Amino acid sequence: MNGATALPRRSFGETMRADVWWFQPLLVFLGLSTFIVYSTWAAFQGKNYFVGDYISPFYSPEIFGDSPHSWFGPKPAWWPSWLLFSPALLVLWAPAGFRLTCYYYRGAYYKAFWADPPACTVGEPRTSYWGERSFPLIMQNVHRYFLYLALFFIWVLAYDVWEALWFVDPTTSKTSFGVGLGAIVLAINVILLGGYTFGCHSLRHLAGGFLDQFSRSPTCYRAYACVTCFNRRHMLWAWLSLFWVGFADLYVRLCAMGIWTDWRIL
Amino acid sequence: MKTAVFKIWRGDAKGGEFRDYTTEVAEGMVVLDAVHEIQRTQAPDLACRWNCKAGKCGSCSAEVNGMPKLMCMTRLSEVPLEKPVTIEPIKAFPVIKDLVTDVSWNFRVKKKIKPFNPRPPDAPDGTWRMQQEDIDRVQEFRKCIECFLCQDVCHVLRDHQMHDKFIGPRFLIHVAALEMHPLDTEDRIEELRSSQGIGYCNITKCCTKVCPESIQITDNGIIPLKERVVDEFYDPLGWFWKGLKRLLNR
Repeated sequence: MNGATALPRRSFGETMRADVWWFQPLLVFLGLSTFIVYSTWAAFQGKNYFVGDYISPFYSPEIFGDSPHSWFGPKPAWWPSWLLFSPALLVLWAPAGFRLTCYYYRGAYYKAFWADPPACTVGEPRTSYWGERSFPLIMQNVHRYFLYLALFFIWVLAYDVWEALWFVDPTTSKTSFGVGLGAIVLAINVILLGGYTFGCHSLRHLAGGFLDQFSRSPTCYRAYACVTCFNRRHMLWAWLSLFWVGFADLYVRLCAMGIWTDWRIL
Repeated sequence: MKTAVFKIWRGDAKGGEFRDYTTEVAEGMVVLDAVHEIQRTQAPDLACRWNCKAGKCGSCSAEVNGMPKLMCMTRLSEVPLEKPVTIEPIKAFPVIKDLVTDVSWNFRVKKKIKPFNPRPPDAPDGTWRMQQEDIDRVQEFRKCIECFLCQDVCHVLRDHQMHDKFIGPRFLIHVAALEMHPLDTEDRIEELRSSQGIGYCNITKCCTKVCPESIQITDNGIIPLKERVVDEFYDPLGWFWKGLKRLLNR
């Protein structure tokens, strides 16, 4: 600043705020940490991820695997023996990348995990700051590519719900329509993930935000307005979908382990 | 009448300290009323910038209990009065005296931003035609009263003092208002990425939280600008798509 006297820096955690400013970052830290620990554990299990017509969203689409949901059959012969195999590891990087580079989560985890800053007007632990201008955080600009993958995943998970609505009678091998509690759990998962994905800031831009004159492209404007509608509650969608995708995995897992029994409603 | 204690920062660029002032408070009072009362009865030399007392001039920005606020819009009923209320000058800019800071850096920054450059007029009388849906987005940004609370709370300016590399949320909103204007023809994306340092924003949304005009600074201004920078500099698939469209349109 020209001719200005630099103000003294506040030390880490120093603030004049009188409220419990640390509570929200702590909640974010605990919420995200719990999810990361659980999803990593679940992804490495490689078993109990399907039961009947249900497949855990952590393992879908199942590119290679032992379940009937597998697209290309069991683990390929060329897979190196020293490399741990789990169908989830082949796909989970995509939704993980989508969330990692999400504009909402970025702001949240910079605060909660990196204290950059710990909260608004609270002193930081570091003097240096690079922002998202240089490596590695410049890679956050890849978000829209993860969005393309996430949109594909929404369709796959919606198809899983459709599949979950068809029950095979073990005695007659006849397929009939039915609704189990598991199908509802998976359907809610798709709705919440859809609400989160269709409210993405990058999608909002790509749908029409890039335009300066909406009136010249009414379709783009309608799409932009639609994404904006979801985007207003992006944080809420982000947390609800995060919780529910974990719960959907847990539901399928516990059913597959025989701890819970799926309740057939119709 | 109830009384309350106000810890007000007194000093100048060389240094200062908090001083306690006890004053009477009544229903309906705002922080600025209390400061004026203290000025009137106990500290006539207390420096404080103010003007409209209606949250429209953006002059009385300060930090009340550690959060950037307009003193004229902060009701005492919203502040816990059982403990002393701290009032400090905004931190991102140098102090002149007491609660008054030198915000002239902001005006110098604004001068460097490419100004509005409209397309040729649409009508022979030299006027333009715009649709409401084209202008809605920009109208939100034009609510800004330049109180600079967003600049104050932004940790890039406040904690890291990167005034020479980052223009701050206020001016990102200004750029957004120009860049998304349906009549404007200027391209500011390269400057946004380089000299204006949009990449320094790490989307903490503190600026949005403190905005007295409730402008969605991050969601509606900064992130859309970041996306425009991605279009231009970090999206090879987008470049390919645009090239293909150009080729097909020939």
